[in-house]
Amino acid sequence: MNRSVVDLWVGIFVAIGIAALLFLALKVGNLSTAHLSESYVLTAKFDNIGGLKVRGPVKSAGVVVGRIDDIQFDSKTYEAVVTLKIDQRYRFPKDTFASVYTSGLLGEQYVGLDAGGDEKMLNAGDAIAKTQSAVVLEKMISQFLFNKAAEGQEKQ
Amino acid sequence: MPERIDPLRRLGRGMVNGVWRLGFASRFLFAILMFSGASFRRLHLTLREVFVSGVLSLLIILVSGLFVGLVLGLQGYETLQRYGSTEALGVLVALSLTRELGPVVAALLFASRAGSSVTAEIGLMKATEQLKAMDMMAVNPIARVVAPRFWGGVISMPLLAALFSAMGVLGGWLIGVVFIGVDDGAFWSQMQASVDFRYDVWNGVVKSFVFGVAVSLIAVFEGYDSVPTAEGVSRAITRTVVTSALAILALDFVLTSFMFRGTS
Repeated sequence: MNRSVVDLWVGIFVAIGIAALLFLALKVGNLSTAHLSESYVLTAKFDNIGGLKVRGPVKSAGVVVGRIDDIQFDSKTYEAVVTLKIDQRYRFPKDTFASVYTSGLLGEQYVGLDAGGDEKMLNAGDAIAKTQSAVVLEKMISQFLFNKAAEGQEKQ
Repeated sequence: MPERIDPLRRLGRGMVNGVWRLGFASRFLFAILMFSGASFRRLHLTLREVFVSGVLSLLIILVSGLFVGLVLGLQGYETLQRYGSTEALGVLVALSLTRELGPVVAALLFASRAGSSVTAEIGLMKATEQLKAMDMMAVNPIARVVAPRFWGGVISMPLLAALFSAMGVLGGWLIGVVFIGVDDGAFWSQMQASVDFRYDVWNGVVKSFVFGVAVSLIAVFEGYDSVPTAEGVSRAITRTVVTSALAILALDFVLTSFMFRGTS
């Protein structure tokens, strides 16, 4: 086999290999959409985070604006401290409300940010003061059953 | 009395032999790395090996990737439609390919397609005393013969695995979207939402690189260490395929437990 022909084939091979890698990165993966190179960090304390996971999405108005960077337990206040990495392009007011939501009935859990009306904005490293915990299904069901039982007793 | 001791003796000999070969393989890897300067200075040596082990494996890798994707699409659809979430088909196909099936199956195919031929080539060179002749002419056989074949395999493997995964995703898309009729937008957008570049795609590339090093080392080592007879070379080829398969699967377990430990 002529050496220049070998070189040509190796060149084609490497080119389509890199093309496949780019396809995986851009079309299959999320390198093109959720590019979080420029980001800042916010923290939020929750009484209960339910099934929240590291790397889960942070959404505002349904749009992914960041990722969950870290989840720690604060042994002084007995709360969960969630560190959020927010895209640099998006800023939120000081009185933003952070809640743990579930997408769909069985979907993954995410942190939802509902913007408030404050003039001042949250800066990098700030803590979100107003939070709402995850809805724990067992608690809701037991409350519901408890209320039903109480109603039944009143009728008798 | 000797008949009773015999199995024990054979076990001991096998163990000592295994440890000896492991040590020799490690020293061999060190020697390859030491003498691999020449395979980059004289690049055409390495390029030829990339051609032999990479380009000539293209067909089997692309066709197998396509069929694995088609099967994943069919089976995934079959299961997902019971839960009414057929839009997640793209996620299923892409994650299983980029994380596991792409690197592992491509490496298994690579070991049997290219690794075996490298072992045969080096083994035959040893059997016909070409390696010794090179040594006599003050040409280092590790630098001239072994290192280019090693690097050719290491370079080819990640590219082949990426091609395998890409073909698989296209196969899943073909079955899911074109033939069955899953929504095209949902297929791609759900896939992009859940496949992370660094976490899923890049870890797959790292895996295939590790498999490339393992398979190439096993292939050149078995060839270099083979008994220089026709039977010895054929045994070395068999050992290459068997050891590579075991090494790939064992390494895959270790790497997976490091990379994807229960998060998300």
